[in-house]
Amino acid sequence: MLTVENIHAGYGPTSILQDVSLDVKEGEIVTIVGANGAGKTTTLRTIAGLITPTSGRITFCGEDITRLRGDQVVDRGITLIPEGRQLFPDMTVRENLLMGAYRRAARDFQDERLEEVLDIFPRVRERLHQTASSLSGGEQQMVAIARGMMANPRLLMFDEPSLGLAPIIVSQVFEVVQQIAAKGTTVLIVEQNVYSTLKVAQRGYVLENGRVVISESAEDLLQDDYVRQAYLGI
Amino acid sequence: MTTFLQILLNGLMLGGLFAIVSIGLTLIFGIIKVVNFAHGEFLMGGMFITWLITTQMGLHPYAAVIVVVPVLFVMGALTQRLLIQPLMSARDDHIQIFATVGLSTALINLALLIFGADIANTPPHGLRAPLEFGELRLLTGQVMIFGAAIVLVIGLELFLKYTQTGRAIRAVAQNRGAAELMGINVNHIYVLTFGLGAACVGLAAVLIAPLYPTSSNIGTYFVLTAFVVVVLGGLGSIPGAFLGALIIGEVDALSGYYIGSDLREAVVFGLFLLILILRPSGLFGARQNLSHLS
Repeated sequence: MLTVENIHAGYGPTSILQDVSLDVKEGEIVTIVGANGAGKTTTLRTIAGLITPTSGRITFCGEDITRLRGDQVVDRGITLIPEGRQLFPDMTVRENLLMGAYRRAARDFQDERLEEVLDIFPRVRERLHQTASSLSGGEQQMVAIARGMMANPRLLMFDEPSLGLAPIIVSQVFEVVQQIAAKGTTVLIVEQNVYSTLKVAQRGYVLENGRVVISESAEDLLQDDYVRQAYLGI
Repeated sequence: MTTFLQILLNGLMLGGLFAIVSIGLTLIFGIIKVVNFAHGEFLMGGMFITWLITTQMGLHPYAAVIVVVPVLFVMGALTQRLLIQPLMSARDDHIQIFATVGLSTALINLALLIFGADIANTPPHGLRAPLEFGELRLLTGQVMIFGAAIVLVIGLELFLKYTQTGRAIRAVAQNRGAAELMGINVNHIYVLTFGLGAACVGLAAVLIAPLYPTSSNIGTYFVLTAFVVVVLGGLGSIPGAFLGALIIGEVDALSGYYIGSDLREAVVFGLFLLILILRPSGLFGARQNLSHLS
């Protein structure tokens, strides 16, 4: 479904990704594991069209999307839920969710979609008419995920969805990721919570200094001595 | 007592006038974060077009709205697309300020070249006729401006709150990066917003032309006060600008009568300095600097 081939990318003259290749098949949950600064966020942002790679190729459902702008990538059916939630602070929760359905394919069904999404997040439903900035961190993360789902994407990318959340909320986040995948949305997830992520994912890539160093099934990664030592602290 | 009421009423009408000039300015600032120093010259351009249409075609000045508002929309959209957008990636925001100051000077000189230094009087077609309420008098054109300002404020607020495009405009202002992730083409929104802001001042130009003589420097006259109004209202807040305009209108009218007409501007700009020192976020705009939190 998504194929990333040999991309180099970065910010201005600073190159971060060196020859990164990965692929995601329809219906999978795939994770990218790596230390801070390894290039995980840059990889997601490059796929999302916010950074244009200096070389390499990204194809999605057979179409070359390497040089598309962010809004065009969203139109193709790829949505990124960014790190740090990034809500519209002065808008109500409902308005935030409606912004999620901005892309043309989602706009006509936004009311039905809103009901579906709110059924998954009853807590968000209670907060529907509050401004986003008045919510707690955990609630804001739920709104951010719900907003991403409103686009009804074919591929949903998560960047550190559990960052800064209480443990009980973290497990809720992982449950939601599984629910989303079970409903047929393909998921690409970057998480510092490596163990929990590998438990829900089918495959994983390990990224170090902007290069893919390991590519394995999630099960094998959990057993891999190097991964256990470097990322799981076992 | 009648005199006092008349002055209050004059202040209110003046407030409506300042409001209709300021709304486009505060819209552009609030969304794009660009101070458009050429705003007054957009007004001047609109007034000249109104004058041309009224005198050359013998039409009622308000008929010019059909031409002036679209022309100003295009002018604003082009300003964003051709002048501001190429500068948006510049590290230094001040470059955009210099660019709009440059545009302002260029437009003044263009007007001098085309229309000369003479004053152009738009035939009022009855808009300077007084409406009398007992002993109080108002000009028809003033009342029309006041009514139009209210309709414009309410219309824009409804547009920004209840349409998908309006919400997209607010989304871009509140979190540009996240707006892009929603699939919003941020550059399109900026072009649209600059166009809308300019179209607002186009409407103002059509309404003001029959009441004030048009000249190449008329924009400076109005827009200086508009800056005070926008700051007072809380940069970027449309209802704030409206209330700010009413306050400045009253201050202007009352100080003009009770302190001396020469000192009106001194009082208005003294107030401006006080606001900048005591409440830099304006009377109604406390949130401006919190937008990055979430």
